Amino acid sequence: MIWQALSLQLGYNASLVAIGATILGIAAGVTGSFLFLRKRALVSDAVSHATLPGIGLAFIAMVALGGEGRFLPGLMLGAALSSGLGLLVIGWMLRRTRLTEDAAIGAVLSVFFGAGIVILTVIQSMQSGRQAGLESVLLGSTAGMLRSDALVIGTGGALVLLAVLLLRRPMLAVGFDSDFAAVTGTNVARIDLAMMGLVMAVTVLGITTVGLVLIVALLIIPAVTARLWTDNALRMVALAGLAGGLSAYIGAAVSATAPALPTGPIIVLASFVLFALSLALAPARGGVALLLRQIRFRRRVHRRQGLLALALGQPIHEPFTMALLAREGMARPDGVATEAGRAAAAKALLDEARWAALRGDPAHGLTASRYDGLTPIETVLTPDQIAELDRHLPRAQGVA
Amino acid sequence: MVNPLSSPRAVSRTDGVVATTPTPPPALEVGGLTVAYGEKPVVFSVDMAVAQGTMTAIVGPNGAGKSTLLKAVLGLVKPLSGEVRLFGLPLSRARDRVAYVPQRASVDWDFPACVIDVVLMGLHRELGLLRRLRPEHLARARACLARVGMEDFASRQIGQLSGGQQQRVFLARALAQSADLYLLDEPFAGVDAATEKAIIAVLKDLRAEGRTIVAVHHDLSTIRAYFEHMFLINMRAIAAGPVAEVFTSSNLQRAYGGRLGEAQVAGMQAADAAS
Repeated sequence: MIWQALSLQLGYNASLVAIGATILGIAAGVTGSFLFLRKRALVSDAVSHATLPGIGLAFIAMVALGGEGRFLPGLMLGAALSSGLGLLVIGWMLRRTRLTEDAAIGAVLSVFFGAGIVILTVIQSMQSGRQAGLESVLLGSTAGMLRSDALVIGTGGALVLLAVLLLRRPMLAVGFDSDFAAVTGTNVARIDLAMMGLVMAVTVLGITTVGLVLIVALLIIPAVTARLWTDNALRMVALAGLAGGLSAYIGAAVSATAPALPTGPIIVLASFVLFALSLALAPARGGVALLLRQIRFRRRVHRRQGLLALALGQPIHEPFTMALLAREGMARPDGVATEAGRAAAAKALLDEARWAALRGDPAHGLTASRYDGLTPIETVLTPDQIAELDRHLPRAQGVA
Repeated sequence: MVNPLSSPRAVSRTDGVVATTPTPPPALEVGGLTVAYGEKPVVFSVDMAVAQGTMTAIVGPNGAGKSTLLKAVLGLVKPLSGEVRLFGLPLSRARDRVAYVPQRASVDWDFPACVIDVVLMGLHRELGLLRRLRPEHLARARACLARVGMEDFASRQIGQLSGGQQQRVFLARALAQSADLYLLDEPFAGVDAATEKAIIAVLKDLRAEGRTIVAVHHDLSTIRAYFEHMFLINMRAIAAGPVAEVFTSSNLQRAYGGRLGEAQVAGMQAADAAS
């Protein structure tokens, strides 16, 4: 059953919903990356929670006008208006009061969400308009999603991606150095506004799929996941899109097999699994890689210290160093250097002398800054440069 | 105080026909500039004029408004009053002619980018939204890196750079803007001696090409060696002119107050004279 869902074999409608959700997930991951790089991830929480009163009021308005209360574009419009109002209030608080951004976000988020819950409760007591299921905007549910809804979400997501493609350069520039971006003629306020608009669009598109409580996870977790894998901003954005799309796709597919489950939490759990795996396994910044690097570094330090001690005929007291040298065949267990150990020790000593000469020579300014007591000199200098350096060494050490 | 902007400005309105005018407009002209953070003025009614093709140090104690003055010139902070002109034009019409090197600590160096990415940001104005990055843009960014001695670092992750290397990258990014006026905020703060030398060499090169340099500078001992003009500020303009005339113990006392003893200034001048 789950396999059928994942391979889009549960019928046209379910497939359409899964595809729509996937596009939304990609848009969320990509948009969230720029927000993350601008260090404004928290704003998305305010944007999403501030949609609730608008959704409720839109429902009431549509019922009052004799229409279908759960008409998705209508709910989206209400959501967008009220989260836009929330953003305006935050901006106003930052400009007119001495509150910091996190305080302003916290205040707006909770007040708007509280007002929304009150409005939802009022709706529950209304007698008309098929109010059942409106609370699915909180946690998302693809179970009752219409074909037209899926089309709206997919198209909206695609438009968001197009806008991001157009604005990627200024959004990254503003994220790295907003002052410099302003000097090069970028209108920083307008780019920030556009970024907020995109976040709002993703949130509004996501209210039925992910739900407004958890949409922030789909914006931020993919970005954080992608950051673990790469040090290149655009690659990070692409990877975040991949992670977001995959999570949303899994969430929608699982939801199709088990309609009672809310979709949002499944999507969030899927993205969390991706994040946890990345945190452990990513090659550059992952936990395992970090641990391995630390172990390797510790060994290099001990090996170097041990070799220098051997070269100078000093006793080695640290058991770890001794064991390391013995295991690598540099020294016998009693601390006496082997043939290989003596050669390596002499090389280490020569390295140190060459580094000392290099660091004393202002001509090597930048190279000297790479001294860490471990790096072999031949990895930073050409043989010619080393020969030149050796001419300034005291004779005894100049002979390798 | 005489506002330099109140004098007749026949020159500045005739852009494009500068050759026919007797003297070019100043690269930078500030009149009656006041900037406040909250209710505390940081720069108060400051006038300043920097001639084209000169090298000027903005000098003053901590919190004297040096960086704020630069930011106001660049439109990064909004002044309460006053006017700024670059080459006789308002900033909006002179953006292509001004480059900026902000303080190194003003950005997060853990941002996912490598050195060449940062330098390419200096070309963003030229690239706009839609133009594709072409090999010639990359070549130009590389040339800027070579100018600051960092050509081997193009694909290095910026988080792995030393302070001096970060400063060089920022200078390369400003070079990519190919401007006529360079505004630098403490370019020598916390960098190694080799970097300081490399940066001052680039700045002197730029000046030799006829470009204008204005740098916030904090090291009184190197002013004479590096700059020809200096602008002494402590919220208000204290003194401005050739270093030889402005760098006097009485002026420094007025700018630094009790923070700089007579003996210190005298010692500095002696060391200066000896070098």
